[in-house]
Amino acid sequence: MILGRVAGRITSTIGHRDMAGRTLLVCDKLDAQGRPAHGYVIAIDTVGAGAGQTVIILDEGTGARQILGVADMPVRSVVVGVVDDLG
Amino acid sequence: MFLGRVIGRLVPAVVTPGLEGVPLLWVQPLDKRGAPDGRPFVCADGTRMAGPGEMVYWEASREAALTLEPSFVPVDHAVLGIVDDLQRDAEVGP
Repeated sequence: MILGRVAGRITSTIGHRDMAGRTLLVCDKLDAQGRPAHGYVIAIDTVGAGAGQTVIILDEGTGARQILGVADMPVRSVVVGVVDDLG
Repeated sequence: MFLGRVIGRLVPAVVTPGLEGVPLLWVQPLDKRGAPDGRPFVCADGTRMAGPGEMVYWEASREAALTLEPSFVPVDHAVLGIVDDLQRDAEVGP
């Protein structure tokens, strides 16, 4: 899993059927100090993460499909947690 | 998933079996603000509705192959949807 920061979101009405109703968060990828450093990823939210929050992103298809419970869903990146403290 | 801009449609003369009938787009990858970032690539159109100029979001590798019906089409990039709106959270900064 990787650390990200919620930096925006996209809305989409025309898309793959498995995307219907999903919240798509644009997340900066963070470096060791918690700063945006390695580009971004668009991830499906499963925990109600808000703007600016530091989040845990699962970035692997099999795990993502398991969490979302949809076999053969074309998704790899899922927000699976919000971080309170990065000590 | 990542952002992209459709910059063209491809009409192949010949394709390998499994790619017949798969709509192909020429896509420019974008950064998180929607600015061009990286080299364009050929992308299968999972929506079958994306046109030149539209912002889309795409996925690569196995997930791309899963996008089209019947899945496991031999592609390494696929458009999953058309972006209606890209919102940047103001308070987050650059």
